[in-house]
Amino acid sequence: MNILLVDDSKTMRNIQKKSLAALGPVNFAEAGDGVEALSIISKTPAGFGIVLVDWNMPNMNGLELIKKVRETDKKTPMIMVTTEAEKQRVLDAVRAGANNYMVKPFTPEALLEKVQQTLARLKAA
Amino acid sequence: MPTVTATPAKASQIDTKLILPFINSVKSVLKMMLGVETKIERPRVKSVPGTEYDYSGIISFSGNIVGTVVLSCKKDTAIKLVERFAGSEVPPDTSDFADALGELTNMITGAAKKDLGAAASISVPTVIMGKGHMVARPSDVPCLVIPCVTELGEFAVEISIKTV
Repeated sequence: MNILLVDDSKTMRNIQKKSLAALGPVNFAEAGDGVEALSIISKTPAGFGIVLVDWNMPNMNGLELIKKVRETDKKTPMIMVTTEAEKQRVLDAVRAGANNYMVKPFTPEALLEKVQQTLARLKAA
Repeated sequence: MPTVTATPAKASQIDTKLILPFINSVKSVLKMMLGVETKIERPRVKSVPGTEYDYSGIISFSGNIVGTVVLSCKKDTAIKLVERFAGSEVPPDTSDFADALGELTNMITGAAKKDLGAAASISVPTVIMGKGHMVARPSDVPCLVIPCVTELGEFAVEISIKTV
């Protein structure tokens, strides 16, 4: 499975990779902002099994990225992974097209479970 | 106990609505992301502009809350915090080191933001690396210092924010 990690923090992307290693054979792609993420997506014809998106990033934030992706792709699972925890923020992300929401800080187990739940739910739908 | 040039705050100077979310977020972030317990020392009002530390992660607020939050520590503590956070050694004074400190500051600030009682946005973090640096702050807002003690060392979270 291909997984795209979008976060301006390399440290956070590394933490996410370690947390998700238990998913099995995974190819990770990484982007530091929404613009870079869109470029990677356009150059990956096989697509991504799931995309993890940070909210606060330079150039293009996570909300803008999700909206942009959803203009042409309604299917790729996208999880917002962010410190933004206010209810309105969660609603904004879901309305933009996020399939799930993960608040930082999180334990590795919690992130893994969130990803697994999201994939299972979409598979069952 | 961290060396901080400050005077104990008067009860009237400390807005507990602004302090408590940060106390809670420091504890939760360090526990969940670093597996470390944090002891919070008595918050103080800072009386001089200069920080006493070698590394500072800075986050700015905008919107209905303005000001800055700064996470500051000595070099040896910064090295240990980053190593525990990243899960591996990270050479100090590198972009990866700054990134880790910035992300820690981001998480502590972000986790507190939702409990501050006002709509606001936070900036991407800035990290300053260098002994004796100073962080300028709005002069009309008291700077509240939360001294924190952990097994990895001591650090401070300095809060200079107000609602507008």
